Amino acid sequence: MALPGSLNRYLLLMAQEHLEFRLPEIQSLLSLFGGQFTNNQGTYGKSPFWILTIPSEDIARNLMKRTVCAKSIFELWGHGKSPEELYSSLRNYPVEKMVPFLHSDSTYKIQIHTFNKTLTQEEKVKRIDALEFLPFEGKVNLKKPQHIFSVLEDYGLDPNCIPENPHNIYFGRWIADGQRELIESYSVKKRHYIGNTSMDAGLSFIMANHGKVKKNDIVFDPFVGTGGLLIASAHFGAYVYGTDIDYNTVHGLGKASRKNQKWRGPDENIRANLRQYGLEKYYLDVLVSDASKPSWKKGTYFDAIITDPPYGIRESTRRTGSQKEIQKGIGKCPESHVPVSLNYHLSDMFFDLLNFAAETLTLGGRLVYWLPIYTPEYTEEMVPWHPCLKLISNCEQKLSSHTARRLITMEKNQDQYSHLLSDQFLPYQGHNSFREKYFSGITKRTAKEEKSSQE
Amino acid sequence: MKLLTHNLLSSHVRGVGPRGFPLRLQATEVRVIPVEFNPDFVARMIPKVEWAALLEAADHLRLAEVPKGPIQGYEQDETFLRKMHHVLLEVEVVEGTLQCPESGRVFPITRGIPNMLLNEEETET
Repeated sequence: MALPGSLNRYLLLMAQEHLEFRLPEIQSLLSLFGGQFTNNQGTYGKSPFWILTIPSEDIARNLMKRTVCAKSIFELWGHGKSPEELYSSLRNYPVEKMVPFLHSDSTYKIQIHTFNKTLTQEEKVKRIDALEFLPFEGKVNLKKPQHIFSVLEDYGLDPNCIPENPHNIYFGRWIADGQRELIESYSVKKRHYIGNTSMDAGLSFIMANHGKVKKNDIVFDPFVGTGGLLIASAHFGAYVYGTDIDYNTVHGLGKASRKNQKWRGPDENIRANLRQYGLEKYYLDVLVSDASKPSWKKGTYFDAIITDPPYGIRESTRRTGSQKEIQKGIGKCPESHVPVSLNYHLSDMFFDLLNFAAETLTLGGRLVYWLPIYTPEYTEEMVPWHPCLKLISNCEQKLSSHTARRLITMEKNQDQYSHLLSDQFLPYQGHNSFREKYFSGITKRTAKEEKSSQE
Repeated sequence: MKLLTHNLLSSHVRGVGPRGFPLRLQATEVRVIPVEFNPDFVARMIPKVEWAALLEAADHLRLAEVPKGPIQGYEQDETFLRKMHHVLLEVEVVEGTLQCPESGRVFPITRGIPNMLLNEEETET
């Protein structure tokens, strides 16, 4: 263990995916485990190498038990822009911090990782030999060493322009790997019950992490669909509730979303999804309910609300109301009784969602949701706000050339004024016709293609 | 539908407000499914429970051994917590109804799932 009472520097090796989402994930998790995020590096941007200061190794390990954005974490012993700088930096690292891992009773191995370059075995051995000056007294064990040390060489991000020498070299003691294997084990491809808009597994875990979900929390998804977001929270030990306006989806009835499958089978419902991963004990209930007219009693009992509201493109945005509208593709189940559906304007939906979150979240609880945007018109002012909810992060994922969605994370920091009476806080109105704008680009492009093919 | 859920639900029929709680529970089919006991979670739920509503619902389901209220030191009392765990999480209404005490409006429970959707008239503003 690292010496208590001192702040230690760690090197996080990040996965190069969902770049904007990584920093809020790490920050949220560190705050969940009591660490303060200290920015040692200025900006993290696109780099996969992040240097952080973390109060203890326990916090670092807890972080790695949750993150899907970070591949590994190392206790940083030295770094530099050249081998000489690295060795000098290592010589400055306090020996008393090294000794517990190098003493004669222990076993170890040294690994060389290079990023954006391949080294020969010979070149790797040379680098390991150059570290002989370190006071290693233990025995080398390549199969099951007690301690693993890594040299990480950064050759930049451009595979078409690989430098002769690395930009940065790091040396550290490997501590733990992150949870990236969850992405494969929870893959939507293998899931029993899916829908047209089931969330990618990696993103669902990122959302649960942005939401600071913890063991014994109650997490709610008001647009639950097939329950994908609940799975991630349940995996982290939270008990889960979901509601959806679509009777068939909640019950697991109707047409299947899988190619080659006509109708959903008996094992296809939200509960079955949790059961598939051994998480059924975290299933509380799902209800058929209109998110704009919730049936929850007055009070604060949700620790997190994590959701992907419909954008009106692949799934329709609906709510019950007094206008009649014919819905295409709803299964002819007689009990389904979706009374009527009114076009649910997106701005109304977010207004309702933020209000609902302000009323039912516990203090400190988080709301995590996707906000669809039309890129040419987007400004930060359009992100809905609420006096009781503090904006924590806003991360973009591109959907097409002119549309994107943003993962918004908010935290409830006060109980007063929790019911807004007007929508003065909603400059999001401009996106009400998101559906039209989404398709407008496609129409323009098709027209252009037709024109050029005629020429 | 579990009894913990029933304890969190209220009628949202227009004009009813807080008088819509608790919903009157009737069941034609109930099942008991074992759920792994987690004392920490149950202890967390105790302060959120509206006891009168819980007792009323448990009574309609003819459940025995339902604690009448939180006891001193419940966080460490395994017997108490196990009883509450059973009542809140292991008893499920598969078929039944939830009725708004003020308006009389009935919400059906089918295959364990309540349907809280209202009609046109009930949502008209």
